[in-house]
Amino acid sequence: MIQEDVPASGTTAAPSAERAEVVRVENLHKSFGSLEVLKGISFTAQEGDVIAIIGGSGSGKSTLLRCINMLEHPTAGSVSVHGETIAMKSDGDGGLVPADRRQVQRIRTRLAMVFQSFNLWQHMTLLGNVIEVPVHVLGVPKGEAVERARALLDRVGLSDKEDVYPAFLSGGQQQRAAIARALAIQPEVMLFDEPTSALDPELVGEVLSVIRDLAHERRTMVLVTHEMSFAREVASHIIFLADGEIEEEGQPEAIFDNPKSERLQKFIGSIQ
Amino acid sequence: MREDNAEAVHAMADIIDPQKDKAAKSENWLKPHRIVLLLLAALMVALMAFNMRWDWLPLYWTEMLGGLWVTLALLVSSSILGFAMAVPLGLAQVSGPAPLAWAARGFCTMIRGTPLLLQLWLLYYGLGSLFPQIPWIRGSFIWPYLREAWPYALASLTISFAGYEGEVMRGALAGVPKGELEAARAYGMSRFTVLRRIWLPRAIQRALPTLNGEIVLQLKATPLVATITVIDLYAVISDVRQDTYIIYEPLLFLAFIYLCLTGLLVAGFRYLENRIPTRGV
Ligand SMILES: Nc1ncnc2c1ncn2[C@@H]1O[C@H](COP(=O)(O)OP(=O)(O)OP(=O)(O)O)[C@@H](O)[C@H]1O
Ligand SMILES: [Mg+2]
Repeated sequence: MIQEDVPASGTTAAPSAERAEVVRVENLHKSFGSLEVLKGISFTAQEGDVIAIIGGSGSGKSTLLRCINMLEHPTAGSVSVHGETIAMKSDGDGGLVPADRRQVQRIRTRLAMVFQSFNLWQHMTLLGNVIEVPVHVLGVPKGEAVERARALLDRVGLSDKEDVYPAFLSGGQQQRAAIARALAIQPEVMLFDEPTSALDPELVGEVLSVIRDLAHERRTMVLVTHEMSFAREVASHIIFLADGEIEEEGQPEAIFDNPKSERLQKFIGSIQ
Repeated sequence: MREDNAEAVHAMADIIDPQKDKAAKSENWLKPHRIVLLLLAALMVALMAFNMRWDWLPLYWTEMLGGLWVTLALLVSSSILGFAMAVPLGLAQVSGPAPLAWAARGFCTMIRGTPLLLQLWLLYYGLGSLFPQIPWIRGSFIWPYLREAWPYALASLTISFAGYEGEVMRGALAGVPKGELEAARAYGMSRFTVLRRIWLPRAIQRALPTLNGEIVLQLKATPLVATITVIDLYAVISDVRQDTYIIYEPLLFLAFIYLCLTGLLVAGFRYLENRIPTRGV
């Protein structure tokens, strides 16, 4: 692994060059058949970055996020995690596939994804969901995993629900459990794909507050969201995606108060 | 998505309260028409006990136990072996390469499309008369088994169960929500781990109610083995009828035993199903 001195969070406004680069996406293209969804996306997330990806429906936000952990295979371009590039080879049909499945599996255990529809495993209790990956993928001893899982469930406010099956919980509770499952692997980056858009309005707040805490801890996150005020509040960097391209990016203030491109102006106008 | 979820949350409101449910059940038992029916049933049992001939029962006790053992052994082993075959049959159809999926589908269709009795006879009379003509089989250690009838009974019950359950598992595997499998992959599980920890357990959980019904059907298919000289419970009862010339009582008793076994199976599966509570369907 790369050894680098990371300035303690909250000291000075550390120049970004000194922080380790966690995710680097380079010139990413993705087509579904003849539909080109991503047209050359590049960005990097450094340690402690909270990158919010915003954009209209169908602009390719989910696809971009899913390319990072290879749930979708990009047509061209590369993804690196902590300097390790995911090896790709041609799929013989104009696209790419991972060259080494093992490498992808290993890298995936460092990226935790939180889905719009939670995707908790319904045949396991919440505790079972949270210890599953540590025990059966990372090889953590069960006792240790259970102890950590309890602490995490407590942290997301579900300590009294560890023996409950997901189907018996509200959407907000399920999503908080899904965040506990994500934290259980001690991820280097958390990927959120619209974590609150499947929730009833009154349940959105409880999930956002958990994510806000994570942002305050300076966890590295890439967050696709429709909650603009939340993006503005927690993000260190905003990427506006339009038609598969980065139309504009920058600090939240610049993006929201001073949008340059016409499309971003329109987009921000449409949601206010 | 939003609407789905709203529904789920509404459903939250009326999670069944087990306490209330129990109370409702015991109330039902006390309704007048129920009491009348119960009394009628008791009367019928009493009439049967006193007006029919049961003197043969003690005489054939050991034979019947032996027959019951054969029936149960065939049921349990063919269900287990058949299910072990059904998992790959289902998997091949859902995610196998085309030729494999095609072969598995063909097998299931063929088995489900022909009577079990026919399969049984084809194996017993067909293979059973083929084997003796092959010298190395006559010389091998399996020959003593192949001269008996039960291996053919077990084999045909097994492939029959595999054919039906292969189809059930295909549906159950295909029905596991894609998102849950995707989450498993996203967290770095290998294909085998996804199958072992998420896909298969989740599919079996979904298939349990169907499997229960299928095993009951399998139980009721076992008497067919009597046609190839295997002495199961049904064969014993047939002997009783031929020996004693008593017509109805042995059959009633046989029906009673099958009913009890079915009851046990249903109760066992209900226990398994309740280990993982589910809400709605
Ligand atoms: N598996 C797929 N096969 C074919 N087309 C797809 C697939 N997944 C996504 N698309 C298409 O790619 C485009 C971008 O989809 P994507 O889900 O990335 O958009 P999004 O920005 O996340 O939108 P939303 O805000 O609605 O979630 C859409 O036009 C979508 O129809
Ligand atoms: Mg999306």
